[in-house]
Amino acid sequence: MKRESNLKKVLSAGHFAVTAECGPPKGADEGPIKKKGGMLKGYVDSVNVTDNQTGVVRLSSLAACVILKEEGIDPVLQMVTRDRNRIALQSDILGASALGIRNILCLSGDHQSFGNQKGAKGVFDIDSIQLIHTVKTMRDEGKIIGGEALTAPPQLFIGAAENPFADPFSYRVLRLGKKIRAGAEFIQTQCIYDIPRFKEWIGMVRDEGMDQKVYILGGITPLKSAKMAEYMNGHVAGITIPEGIIDRMKKVPPKDQREEGIKIAIETIEALKEMKGIHGVHIMAIEWEEIVPQIVEKANLYPRPSL
Amino acid sequence: MITAERKPFEEIKEMVKPYSKLLVVGCGTCVAECAAGGEKEVALLASALRMEARMENRVVEIDEMTLDRQCVYEFIDQLTETVDNYDAILSLGCGAGVQAVSDVFPDMTVLPALNTTFLGETKAPGVWMENCRGCGDCKLHIFGAICPVARCAKGLFNGPCGGSKDKRCEVHPDTPCAWHMIIERLEKKGRLEQLNNIYPPVDWSTGQGKGPRKIEREDQMI
Repeated sequence: MKRESNLKKVLSAGHFAVTAECGPPKGADEGPIKKKGGMLKGYVDSVNVTDNQTGVVRLSSLAACVILKEEGIDPVLQMVTRDRNRIALQSDILGASALGIRNILCLSGDHQSFGNQKGAKGVFDIDSIQLIHTVKTMRDEGKIIGGEALTAPPQLFIGAAENPFADPFSYRVLRLGKKIRAGAEFIQTQCIYDIPRFKEWIGMVRDEGMDQKVYILGGITPLKSAKMAEYMNGHVAGITIPEGIIDRMKKVPPKDQREEGIKIAIETIEALKEMKGIHGVHIMAIEWEEIVPQIVEKANLYPRPSL
Repeated sequence: MITAERKPFEEIKEMVKPYSKLLVVGCGTCVAECAAGGEKEVALLASALRMEARMENRVVEIDEMTLDRQCVYEFIDQLTETVDNYDAILSLGCGAGVQAVSDVFPDMTVLPALNTTFLGETKAPGVWMENCRGCGDCKLHIFGAICPVARCAKGLFNGPCGGSKDKRCEVHPDTPCAWHMIIERLEKKGRLEQLNNIYPPVDWSTGQGKGPRKIEREDQMI
């Protein structure tokens, strides 16, 4: 029997989807991946595996996806264009599909200057939108870049990221439209703390009818502390945390800040559930994967549909 | 023009140490414009090297010469008569100049005093900006005359990335986001729809794809 993307099944059945993120270890150890997978299993529909996020060398996303798959989890292969040219990317797309991976998230990737290999040559042979289109053409037309035919096409549910909080704001929706036209079938957004701005963005998305063409999963990152909130706001590319949220975290004694962060995350999920055009949430609990089941349960998203 | 910056004095000092007869050769074109390798910079570097040698009680002979262009044979030829008087040439030309001089005098040691950086614009006195990568297939007409290859840190063709904030690039907060500029400029001209098309993967073979490039024009050949 052919394996199918669980995420695609959940979304196309009309369920509010839940995905989570798993960062691979900085070592050749499958243990941490299995452990994180074990924590998430049953509580989410699919698990994204980051691809050397922030330009830091980690165990490969493709390898970690295979490990998760063997644990019975539907993995989402994150693939950045920073480190590999079109030859390597297309080769890995074929390999991923052959290994039974059924979801891909196409990204440009954080610039190498943020990571631990600052002297690396950034490849950026193609960009994220070109990667989306490449996967779509490989899957639907059985052709690689340049038109040569494949002996067998890859089977992948195609995803992209979108940051509603980056500038220029008015252009973000047009760019989302480009990603949809390129072939994106699901979108996972940057983490949401500024709900009014997110509402404005999803309103614009709805006005263009884009929520009918693509599944949108809102990004959630539970804050561990006021310090983390301040750091992310100032230092992490593409992330904006409003003063109100930072103040709310600060008002709570440090020992209770994690609890407050979880509360904010749940409130955000509740708000997203009410928003027309939002089809799920993507929980990125950075090195805090063990908290995901609690969040999913408290947000009344457990148990997950079994399809 | 081609911009360059002088190497740190310590590095140059170590490089020239084995040679007692040195000719410091500048270039009067691009690197003179960016105040890295013109006549004035040649004079400054030569005197610094002489002073350093004196302080270390070494006897050296250091002469100076600046060519109008260090990358064209007709000008390099001006060195032919004197070159045999020296152990080495310290070139303040760009990388093309250093190699051209070395090609003309293959037995001579030619040392680079500059780090060649980019194809740039003089933005203000003392400020040079990289805005062309010489990719061999100019697409500026599509992007409002702002080059995404040279001016976007990720060289995106369907940008901006998710890191653009307050018109700034996530990589260098003092660098304007090229994609923000492209969008603003095209919006002002009512030509934003130009960006609606998905720009396909670029053919980089016009750039570095086939190794070193060469231009051959019969109409210019004698």
